[in-house]
Amino acid sequence: MARPCKAYIAGAYEHPTRHAVDKSVAQLHAEVARGALADAGLTKDDVDGYFCAGDAPGLGGLSMVEYMGLDVRYTDSTDTGGSAYVVHLGHAAEAIAAGKCSVALITLAGRPRMATSGPLPDYGNDTPDLGFETPFNQNIVNNYAMAAMRHRHEFGTTAEQLAWIKVAASQHAQHNEHAMLRKVVTVEDVVNSPMIADPLHRLDCCVVSDGGGALVVVSPEIAKSLGDPHRDRCVKVLGQGDAIKTTNRGQVELTHTAGIKSGAIAFEEANLTPADIDMVTIYDSFTITVLITLEDLGFCEKGQGGKFVSDGNLISGVGKLPFNTDGGGLCNNHPSNRGSMTKIIEATRQVRCEAHPKVQVPDCTFALAHGSGGLISTRLCSATAILGRYDA
Amino acid sequence: MSAQYPDYPLPAPALDAEPFWEGTAAGKLLLKRCTDCGETHYYPRAICPHCFSSNTEWYEASGKGSIYSFSVMRRAPVPYVIAYVRLEEGVTMMTNIIDCDFDTLAIDDQVEVVFHPIDGGFTLPLFTPIAA
Repeated sequence: MARPCKAYIAGAYEHPTRHAVDKSVAQLHAEVARGALADAGLTKDDVDGYFCAGDAPGLGGLSMVEYMGLDVRYTDSTDTGGSAYVVHLGHAAEAIAAGKCSVALITLAGRPRMATSGPLPDYGNDTPDLGFETPFNQNIVNNYAMAAMRHRHEFGTTAEQLAWIKVAASQHAQHNEHAMLRKVVTVEDVVNSPMIADPLHRLDCCVVSDGGGALVVVSPEIAKSLGDPHRDRCVKVLGQGDAIKTTNRGQVELTHTAGIKSGAIAFEEANLTPADIDMVTIYDSFTITVLITLEDLGFCEKGQGGKFVSDGNLISGVGKLPFNTDGGGLCNNHPSNRGSMTKIIEATRQVRCEAHPKVQVPDCTFALAHGSGGLISTRLCSATAILGRYDA
Repeated sequence: MSAQYPDYPLPAPALDAEPFWEGTAAGKLLLKRCTDCGETHYYPRAICPHCFSSNTEWYEASGKGSIYSFSVMRRAPVPYVIAYVRLEEGVTMMTNIIDCDFDTLAIDDQVEVVFHPIDGGFTLPLFTPIAA
């Protein structure tokens, strides 16, 4: 008996560029949209819902709808940073289930390598929190480093354990012709790389890349109507959840994320447990992001993440839980500094059995994609999606 | 012991946070508590985030606490220590730890506030270890 679902991913496309010297941001959005629609066997005139986040130029989705010549009856431009695309996947499935649209296009694109990298965005004095953070030279890496430091303090998590996450990503990236970093690294390479912000080394940090990605999410009726080979390449959206964690009125706690809630919601909706999941894609802004997320999603007990990721347990064909089989943000790409779109795309490849043969998980039925947006030690939106094969 | 300090970005206080910065300029670390539920919160707000009462008041903190977590930002023109300090009043604030040996700092170290003047008439509440 096949599992019910509200919607299917019919098309997915990742831009091959990692350095877009000659393309505008709008152009990149349109290129990934074209790629995902072709992958689905649909055209832009089939699109009746458009979803984007803050990386899309202009006000909400208005500029991109105009640029691409779309005619939509539903739009959503929720921005939760890097997790926004897993949020949109859930929102698109809900909008489809409510009859608000039937072919939803979600796009992400950006070219941060063409911009000068600076401090965190200045939201001015209308943003109440930053006035108490920015003056202390908070930045992205030292924000995540404080979570890693606290995790080490409470649970004894070591630099070598964190390094195994990068090692697994590099083992996968060697097979990805588009990956920015294809060199296989060792635990020693990671822990001997320069210290950026204690305890995070350079190789604990993800890449900065240009590029983008897009998804086409469709109703069950549209999925059934697609011709070969598109129908059987549709991927079920079985469950999705999102949640926000903050500094909690001054009760700061750095060893958990909102993934505890977002994961529980997604697993409940999918009627699955972590033991059912064949592989995961987890936004890997830093190695610590993956370790804490794995604990929060229930793949191991809180505090046992270091042990869980060690000895190649995240390497496809070696360990029990293959992760980020495209090389992830640590090695492959990180378009627009927002990592969850590419997580959904690689999970889609896996359940379609279209990942690189060297990293394809045999008989991959259920995959989990997880995004984290914002900053792990202050305000974070976690979002989890569970995908299933067409016949799951 | 690092005697150098990084450049600090100027605060951009929201209207309901201005007394906090007036306090630091006067050598006082001010917190907000609710006169209805009694809870202290951080960062300071006009509306209590515990019970949503508008009856909040400023009071002076002891300026003492312990390090909840920290990181030495090595890849910076002048390395510095960002930290969360858990104050004796029960709330945790982001700050920097200064005037100490960065390599011997540890979570749970006892610290006290140091008022550090910067440009624009602002004074930052930073912390330094209390000699054992």
